[in-house]
Amino acid sequence: MTYDLACDDCLRRTDLIAALAGWLDVEWRQRQAPSRVLALRDEELLDACGMAEVRERYARFTPAQAREAIHRAELNAICRCTDAYPGPLRELHDPPAVLHVAGRATIVGLDDAVAVVGARRATQYGLTVAHDLGRGLACARVSVVSGLALGVDSAAHAGALAGTGPPVAVLAGGADRPYPASKRALYDHVCVRGAVVSEMPPGFGVHRWAFVARNRIIAALSRVTVVVEATERSGSLTTADLAAELGRTVAAVPGRVTCSTATGVNGLLRDGAVLVRHVRDVLDELADLTGSSYETRPPGGEDLDPAVRHVLEAVGDGHSTLPMLVAAGFDARTVLAALGELEGRGLVRRGFGGRYERVPV
Amino acid sequence: MIARVTTFAIDGVESRRVWVEADIRQGLPAFTIVGLADKAIREARERVRSAITNSGHVFPGLRITVNLAPAYLRKIGPGFDLPLAVAILVASDQLEPTAVEDCAIVGELSLSGDVRAIRGALAIAEGVRRHQLPRLLLPRARAPEAALVPGVTVLGIESLQGAVDVLAGRAEPPPPPPPDPEPEPDPMLDLVDVRGQNALIPALEVAAAGGHNVYMHGPPGTGKTMLARRLPSILPPLTPAEALDVTRIQSVAGLHDGAGLVARRPFRAPHHTISASGLVGGGAHPLPGEATLAHHGVLFLDELSEFVRSSLEALRQPLEDGHVTIVRGQQVVAFPTRFMLVAASNPCPCGMGEEACRCTAADLARHQRRLSGPLLDRIDVLIPVARPPAAALREECAPPSAEVRARVIEARERQARRLSAFGLACNAQMSPRVMREVAQPAPSALRLLYELHDRHRLSARGHTRVLRVARTVADLEGSDRIGPDHVHIAAGLRLEQPALTAAV
Repeated sequence: MTYDLACDDCLRRTDLIAALAGWLDVEWRQRQAPSRVLALRDEELLDACGMAEVRERYARFTPAQAREAIHRAELNAICRCTDAYPGPLRELHDPPAVLHVAGRATIVGLDDAVAVVGARRATQYGLTVAHDLGRGLACARVSVVSGLALGVDSAAHAGALAGTGPPVAVLAGGADRPYPASKRALYDHVCVRGAVVSEMPPGFGVHRWAFVARNRIIAALSRVTVVVEATERSGSLTTADLAAELGRTVAAVPGRVTCSTATGVNGLLRDGAVLVRHVRDVLDELADLTGSSYETRPPGGEDLDPAVRHVLEAVGDGHSTLPMLVAAGFDARTVLAALGELEGRGLVRRGFGGRYERVPV
Repeated sequence: MIARVTTFAIDGVESRRVWVEADIRQGLPAFTIVGLADKAIREARERVRSAITNSGHVFPGLRITVNLAPAYLRKIGPGFDLPLAVAILVASDQLEPTAVEDCAIVGELSLSGDVRAIRGALAIAEGVRRHQLPRLLLPRARAPEAALVPGVTVLGIESLQGAVDVLAGRAEPPPPPPPDPEPEPDPMLDLVDVRGQNALIPALEVAAAGGHNVYMHGPPGTGKTMLARRLPSILPPLTPAEALDVTRIQSVAGLHDGAGLVARRPFRAPHHTISASGLVGGGAHPLPGEATLAHHGVLFLDELSEFVRSSLEALRQPLEDGHVTIVRGQQVVAFPTRFMLVAASNPCPCGMGEEACRCTAADLARHQRRLSGPLLDRIDVLIPVARPPAAALREECAPPSAEVRARVIEARERQARRLSAFGLACNAQMSPRVMREVAQPAPSALRLLYELHDRHRLSARGHTRVLRVARTVADLEGSDRIGPDHVHIAAGLRLEQPALTAAV
């Protein structure tokens, strides 16, 4: 079953934006401000672009065709004229005319939503942190919003799939087109468990400005925006800026000061962003905003054998490799068996270079 | 008159009977060799001519035709010199035909008539026994090697003249050369030398006990290579049959000095630039590759991610079937390749490891992709090698190899009792079907396996591998049933892509 809650005007507006996509790309490169352009009314846009064929297409637009395309792509369409439109998006000065949703439309715009965004070229550290944050938030029934991009975004989504909070992915192209294509499996999972959202019509490709425009939706849909790894010129910083403009909370995970992938996040922290060390920091911030309390799933393994529990604690204390555990006084065989059991229970995982780490809750 | 002498050609690592037929008749002086002979055999004409003359015999100035039969078999190498010369001597009435009737002859000649050593003496002696010939005449330096085969009288000679004398019954063959003043075999590398990695010994022990293929993963300089080189020292000694196999292969490959049985499990560590044919065997006249040279031993691939993709792909059949079939032109050759694979690699392409690593996720994914695929599917045990803490480096010494080896031998004996009915030697060779019959997991262990399957997305293949290694762990502890603890250890050693990189 799909919703069709879009009025003719909003559909026409969507088609206009799609027709202007190429022009917007040029505009964006010159002025770097798609949001200002997107806030213009239809007539103003048509005048600004001054292209006769676009005006003609606008005049000849048939809503039935657009509805048919949306229906064929099995998307839900919700326009800003209806009550079903996510409230948080109305706070934007240039809210998307129509929201196209693949998956569960009802979970878009929940109160308990946190964006986890960051670099595409992330380090292993960034991926691990994003994965853990996604998992921790989703385990506390928080909806994790991100952009499905390579690196931090998809790590956050992948982590979120482990919990119960519904994931929301906002795409720059059509909501029926997994982008990047290599994330199709993740896209499918997010569709089933949550929703994939876009303001562009089905089947539409991506443009550079559309990523910035997509970021404003991510920022608006989330109470807190957490940035994990970003260089100084990262697109994730525009998400943070937009979130700050909307009065949403901006948070960031600190990185090494010598590391280029951390300059952006460390800059955010210097400018007053909330420092995130652990998913608890995000949940506390969210609790202050919503007044609810968030319980993460209790750690598993209450019935652990004492010897195994000792190994678990030792790993948590930083005895992270086999030689270190043996040096800490454990018998090698016990350590092997204990690590196998702990890994099986999901309490410990293999890290980088032969290290083990305790899985944070 | 026509003379016929029996000799043997090397085909793969086996020998095949070949007849050298010589025909001498009136005509312009000529010397022709027919019968799919290679360059070295065509050149034999010059060596044979000089050797016969220099040994005080007459090289007939007539029309000589030599045929190597069967004609379809490709014949390689200089081992046909001596049978050729003898055949010509018989054909020209300088030696009685009855003298060569029951004797196989192999050897390379020098111009002076001296006989030089040849490759593959053991394989040839086995061929001689297979064809029920009583005597084998071959270079004296290879006599001890050929004498390993019972039931064959080995005549070791040093020159063409010596060969003629022995064949004509004019002289006794000289006794085999005294064994060289045994150069102390360099002591096998021992685990005792390894410091600070005691934690890894049980894992290595499990791999050795079950003959499981191993993947060592860790930053550079942490002892991966050191451990791998010491693996043969904890493997059980070669059985007599295995020793014969190893000797035969090394002899064919020209790595054996002819002194007798090879006592040590081979350890081969080819450089990562090796080609596919270098690894599994090949060439115009197929020669055994590193995989075959490592038969019954260890094949160590250091820096696995640096190997050419095609070389690694080529290892698939050898790993799966325990032999490799090579087809070149009209030739099909099978080489045995039952080795234990030990692969090692850095966790990331930059090789800095841990804190200093600057690789991005994309770099890591690429590195991971190069490692994954057909090869890792055949690896049962993952050993994560990490930098040992300083204190451990100072204080810890690994147990001596002999101590570990004793436990390994005991575990192998348990396996052999269980698996001999299936014609298998160790747990690593168990197919899923055999395993269902003999693994004997306790119900609690089985429950645990299914739990892992559900919670950890353990694949069906992963399930088989964990059970297989668990069987070895149980064998090491002298237990007939696989308990939950054995499964825990096996699960901890299993090799699976880290979930994180797989998901992102």
